[in-house]
Amino acid sequence: MSIVPISYYLVLSAILFGLGIVAFVFKRNIITIFMAIELMLNAVNLAFVAFARAHDQLDGLVFVFFVIVVAAAESAVGLAIIITLYQNRQTLNIERINLLKF
Amino acid sequence: MSLPFIVFFVCAFLAVLGALTLILAREPIHSALALILVMVSLAVLYLLLGAEFIAAVQVIVYAGAIMVLFVFVIMLLNAGIEERTDFSKLAKYAGLPLGMFLILFLAHWMAHSLIGQQVANGVAGTNVSVATRDLSHQLFQTYLFPFEATSILILIAILGALVLAKKDE
Amino acid sequence: MDFVTQHPVLVVSLAKIVGLMFLLMTTLAYLSWFERKVIAHIQSRWGPYYVGAHGLLQPLADGVKFLFKEDLTPPGADRFVYILAPMLALTLAMTTIALIPFGPPTVQWLGQSTLIVADSSIGLMFVFAITSMGVYGVALAGWSSNSKYPLLGGLRSSAQMISYEVALTLAVVGVVLLTGTLNFNEMITSQSGYYLHFIPRWNVVPQIVGFLCYFMSAIAETNRAPFDLPEGETELVGGFHTEYSSFKFAMFFMAEYANMITVSCLATILFFGGWLSPFPDSWTVMRYLPPAGLLALAVYLAYDTVVLARGIARIQLIVVTTGALVIGLACLHPVVLTIIQGPFWFLLKVGLIMFFYVWTRATLPRLRYDQLMTFGWKFLLPVALANLVITALVKVWPLLVNHG
Repeated sequence: MSIVPISYYLVLSAILFGLGIVAFVFKRNIITIFMAIELMLNAVNLAFVAFARAHDQLDGLVFVFFVIVVAAAESAVGLAIIITLYQNRQTLNIERINLLKF
Repeated sequence: MSLPFIVFFVCAFLAVLGALTLILAREPIHSALALILVMVSLAVLYLLLGAEFIAAVQVIVYAGAIMVLFVFVIMLLNAGIEERTDFSKLAKYAGLPLGMFLILFLAHWMAHSLIGQQVANGVAGTNVSVATRDLSHQLFQTYLFPFEATSILILIAILGALVLAKKDE
Repeated sequence: MDFVTQHPVLVVSLAKIVGLMFLLMTTLAYLSWFERKVIAHIQSRWGPYYVGAHGLLQPLADGVKFLFKEDLTPPGADRFVYILAPMLALTLAMTTIALIPFGPPTVQWLGQSTLIVADSSIGLMFVFAITSMGVYGVALAGWSSNSKYPLLGGLRSSAQMISYEVALTLAVVGVVLLTGTLNFNEMITSQSGYYLHFIPRWNVVPQIVGFLCYFMSAIAETNRAPFDLPEGETELVGGFHTEYSSFKFAMFFMAEYANMITVSCLATILFFGGWLSPFPDSWTVMRYLPPAGLLALAVYLAYDTVVLARGIARIQLIVVTTGALVIGLACLHPVVLTIIQGPFWFLLKVGLIMFFYVWTRATLPRLRYDQLMTFGWKFLLPVALANLVITALVKVWPLLVNHG
């Protein structure tokens, strides 16, 4: 058990997750939206580590490891897609990228 | 106010500050820097929770590689200033309050969950760190299949990124 | 004094940090002197010579010059990031010194090990974490200068750094496999002992391939010659620090030297036995090497004082000679002698590796960017991987043989 109560970490995780959702919904630049996704993943990681400490088990940490790895793979492919999108539409504003066929 | 509490509140403040800067910044590069700040403060929080290996992995992989990728893409694409078009009336008057409500609702629910009610002040109050050896035992014995699967996942991601980012010649 | 006894960790840590910062800043300044002298002598000239005896006050003159230059900000530059970049680079470069053990953990004060600031059980991973963040200093400096050449120089430089980071980490994993721990002090103590009673059991012998990969990756990681195209463009066009002047420029150069020191310290710890003496403990006369070396230095400086007839240089040499003499005599005291053993050997080995760094810079021509990237991805990475696989096989071989 940690000195700082686990609920504090969970509240922080919830706040960060909520801020990530707000950023995801309100921002217009694709890259910023992608960064909001990473923020949400980080918030979830914090919750996992907090729970791993609370239950004194290592499975939470292993899951965090996998989340980080999957986030890495996902960012690589996602940013490549964004680069391709920019090359084709010359804009990063998602409201302009609204045609399935160019 | 013992040292762990001070560290927690400083890091929590920095993390929330970073998240707010992510939302409110005009340039994507500032948002990226804010996200790096969030990740590093979360790494310190992992250290506080005793997960040192995960803290190091977070800094090496997340803050030191994934965010470098983001920064590179922002620089390459010269992603300019976020267009300052005002929010639609609906977004400003209904969306933002709803967003705040969502955040507060999640925070409240998490604080009053089953775990939260066990105000864990610790029997000895010591913070025993997780040994890397134990974590690696779990990773390579219980979770061996997901581990190998992620290696294939990374391979696919590399191939995908290469194919997508190549210019059509 | 109550505070001191109640919070020993805090007090000792603060004292160590203050001492270490002071030593580090001095070393960074004199590293530039060292580099200029060595390159000059390799090129058959003298190097800094006039400013103080043997040019020893040259770093001071350079520092004053840097402080008095005009501090420009390019128009249209992103102010916040422009100021942040050199600070980030320097801070990160200096933070890794906290994890480096300068001597055995048996040297203690107030019950805390004195010769390492942070003895973490995963010290190696933290060092890599901090060096991987060092890419930001370069990339953000290039970006915030609002100019094409710094941007391209910064992007190239950071791409080089992240490419060689992979090879660097893989080259080191072989050592981790051999020693089975990520803690620096345990790695060093696992290298104690001698083959045939006098050849030290350092990791460079079984991991020679790993060491060579590590060293080449380290030179590329710190943007030094022969891998310094992004920085050597300074002579031609720019590089990421074109638009920086005065103290911010000095911060970048200090950051580069600090990175060099970090990487050399890592090489010493991982491959050359850290603070272990190359001589077995049974050869007790070798314990007197530190004071012998310092006294010999004092004698040489005394000779120089007598021969050199300039005013300020003479005074300076008298000061340095007295200093060397006092420290040399102090080392003869048994307590000081035991304390000084670890740091002396550590600093000697680090100094030799830095000499090799500077030697490489003076000797080898620069690599072109595509040659650089090819070398990193197509040669060093496979070699490091092969080293890792072979080390793992050798480690696991007894189990395999017993099973089948």
